[in-house]
Amino acid sequence: MSETVTLTIDGAEIQAKPGQMILVAAEEAGIYIPRLCHYKGLKPHGSCRLCTVTVNGKPMASCTQPVAPGMVVETKTEALNQFRRQILEMLFAEGNHYCMFCEKSGNCELQAQGYRYGMTAPRYPFQYPMRDIDASHPDIFLDHNRCILCARCVRTSKDLDGKNVFQFVNRGKHKRVAVDSRARLAGTNANVTDQALGACPVGALMKKRVGYAVPVGQRLYDHKPIGSEIEAKASR
Amino acid sequence: MNPNLETDIRQICKEFGNDRGRMMDIVIAVQKKHGCVNDDAMDLIAKTVATHRVEVESTVSFYAFLSTRPRGTIVIRLCHDIIDKMHGSDAVAAALAREVGVPFGQTTSDGKITLEYAPCLGLCDQAPAALVNDVPVTNLSTDKARWMVQELRKHHDPNQLVTEFGDGNNAHELIRSMVYNNIRKRGEVVFAEMKPGEALQKALSMSPAEVIREIKASRLRGRGGAGFPTGMKWEFTRGAPGDNRYVMCNADEGEPGTFKDRVILTECPDLMFEGMTIAGYAIGGNTGILYLRGEYAYLRSYLEHVLADRRKKGLLGKSVCGAKHCFDFDIRIQMGAGAYVCGEETALISSCEGTRGDPKNRPPYPAQKGYLDCPSVVNNVETLCCAARIMEKGAAWFAQMGTTDSPGTKLLSVSGDCKRPGVYEVPFGIPVREVLAMVGAEDAMAIQIGGASGQMVGPKDYDRPISYEGLATGGSLMVFGPKRNVLEAAHMFMDFFVEESCGYCTPCRVGNVLLKDRLEKILNGQGEPGDLDYLQELGQTVKVLSRCGLGQTSSNPVLTTLKNFRNVYEGLVKVNQDKFQSSFDIKAALTPARKIIGRESVIYT
Ligand SMILES: Cc1cc2nc3c(=O)[nH]c(=O)nc-3n(C[C@H](O)[C@H](O)[C@H](O)COP(=O)(O)O)c2cc1C
Ligand code: SF4
Repeated sequence: MSETVTLTIDGAEIQAKPGQMILVAAEEAGIYIPRLCHYKGLKPHGSCRLCTVTVNGKPMASCTQPVAPGMVVETKTEALNQFRRQILEMLFAEGNHYCMFCEKSGNCELQAQGYRYGMTAPRYPFQYPMRDIDASHPDIFLDHNRCILCARCVRTSKDLDGKNVFQFVNRGKHKRVAVDSRARLAGTNANVTDQALGACPVGALMKKRVGYAVPVGQRLYDHKPIGSEIEAKASR
Repeated sequence: MNPNLETDIRQICKEFGNDRGRMMDIVIAVQKKHGCVNDDAMDLIAKTVATHRVEVESTVSFYAFLSTRPRGTIVIRLCHDIIDKMHGSDAVAAALAREVGVPFGQTTSDGKITLEYAPCLGLCDQAPAALVNDVPVTNLSTDKARWMVQELRKHHDPNQLVTEFGDGNNAHELIRSMVYNNIRKRGEVVFAEMKPGEALQKALSMSPAEVIREIKASRLRGRGGAGFPTGMKWEFTRGAPGDNRYVMCNADEGEPGTFKDRVILTECPDLMFEGMTIAGYAIGGNTGILYLRGEYAYLRSYLEHVLADRRKKGLLGKSVCGAKHCFDFDIRIQMGAGAYVCGEETALISSCEGTRGDPKNRPPYPAQKGYLDCPSVVNNVETLCCAARIMEKGAAWFAQMGTTDSPGTKLLSVSGDCKRPGVYEVPFGIPVREVLAMVGAEDAMAIQIGGASGQMVGPKDYDRPISYEGLATGGSLMVFGPKRNVLEAAHMFMDFFVEESCGYCTPCRVGNVLLKDRLEKILNGQGEPGDLDYLQELGQTVKVLSRCGLGQTSSNPVLTTLKNFRNVYEGLVKVNQDKFQSSFDIKAALTPARKIIGRESVIYT
């Protein structure tokens, strides 16, 4: 097997490692493909579908599709951006996302993707689901209203924290994150120092008593859109 | 806590080697014994097989037939699909609710009877149908429904509801069911006579590579829906590195309107098992798994008996067909528990591994990394029957039937508005019109071909052939007569997909709900012309972005009715003059607020 794979992404010839996923190969080349469920250090998940690109004209999730020699990948077509906006609108319509008073506002990846893709209001009717908040733990709360089911907490707890605090239960629209105790989060071995907390892209799994600590204007995505740090690599 | 629970769970887990990979078998057995898998049971199972409680809950909560809360000792599951509805299942439902005394979704206060809906039970040719625990009850009427409940109140024994057996093996002492096969047309491939062992002997006289070559020469394609060339699939699996290889037979048959595998399982299991064994020999595997949908549990003892018989005859087990071949092969049955998505091959593998039935990411494909990460072949029941017959009669014999791209015969499950519903074995390439004449449905206004995930087509397509290159189907053909509303059918199919989506990926989990809601709005007479574009765009998005075949086909009912029956939509939508959202009901929207403040709105009374 050769050491590198050559493929084309957005017109540029790119060298990638064999077996590497398109999303990662693009990132190393300074091309940002938007994502929510993908998270550094975790195995690819392929659930949010935001990272869909076209490979030789065929739509595919770039986080789970390995590179192959001669592939022609497009990541930024208008059609793809339309699709992405729709995915984001679906996520906003599905849950209860009260950005204006959410502690995660400005640091939230879902919100930041919404801004990046020019989403204003969802074209889809809000579902207003009745969802639960688990505030039983002394230091952590889990607000299902804001959960986007990306499994980042599930996977981080298992693969990086060496615990198994979270897992999905139910299916379809009833699918939700459950915790490893019938006594809710307080009954688990979850700890405020767990990496799982930092893995949550939205305001679903949060530290208590530290909300709104960073003033507006100094938050993660207040000035630059999400993904700029990756794109900055290319322009350097 | 129930004092026996701990002992029972220890016993059950031990029976399955305390292997959490056998979680499906464990939780099904626990539920059978204790009515549900409750909090205590989940804690105990987790402890016994060394996993986390939430993992057990994750599996149990995924499957419709499993429950964490107690249900009645008798669960009546009424089939809730469009065909049953057309045959009066709504009236049956009302009669059941009245007679039992609780609405659907609830259990009587004495804990005796639970009423539930189930998606297609695979009995559309004798609808309306229900499952009473494992026992199918067919051709329900309101009278029969009332009688059924009265009987159950007397003896609490679903088996006693079977007063008359169906045809063929349905009357076998290990099945004893009222189900009818309704085989209307026998072809030469599946419904012909067979001598157990004949095809297998022939296969074993060749090398595995020669067997694969023969299957490739027959150009056999998968009968489960996707139509992938079977010989190639076997070759990939044989060529993939691994210590073990598995043959999985897909008997999940969940596609609404499909019931042909039910008939194969009842009448020709030997042919199917023979096909599995041949596949095992070809790929170099020693284990076969038959994934049997929970709805067909009533066939299990009979199938176990057929397996035992084959072992006795030396057609399974150590040194199949005599020692000189050094080929060991055996088959076990894995029960499903009510999840359509588990028919998707990677979800089927997840389920066999004891987890929720989430499909897996591809690549790797099952041929490379399937069950327990070993190379695995997943084939439909009918495909494996064809493979066995090809070994018996030769590739050339098989390939001269049907068309070039779709050789052989196909089993069609025909239901709906036709005189002769049932299973037909026809050559591929047969025009729809010919089938409609055969089944007594010349006046069909529309047909849904390929099940809920297939297409709704009208008379202008009736001269097209049924084949992979023409109108494709895994076997389902539902007929809609002149008085039916195709949008109502589309709506029921969307309801089905909303219930059956695994919920893993965004477009399918959310998009199908949105499609269904908008269709509902139109059916309620609140549709506007813009809704048609909305449905088209959304349907396309769900199709393109979804992760597995379920989401990639779930919008078909909407997209194909929009294409072929646009006039029906146009007749229902109207331009909204006052510019208000016609679907917005201010009074309904105020209800929660009214409840909280405890008084009526002053303005909107
Ligand atoms: C949602 C979904 C449900 C499916 N259900 C079934 C099924 O019940 N039976 C079946 O044989 N194939 C089913 N399939 C197709 C399988 O994924 C797979 O393609 C098939 O079992 C392969 O066997 P074949 O090549 O013999 O057709 C389903 C696919 C999807 C996406
Ligand atoms: S398409 Fe639907 S069924 Fe398939 S993975 Fe996505 S959510 Fe699950």
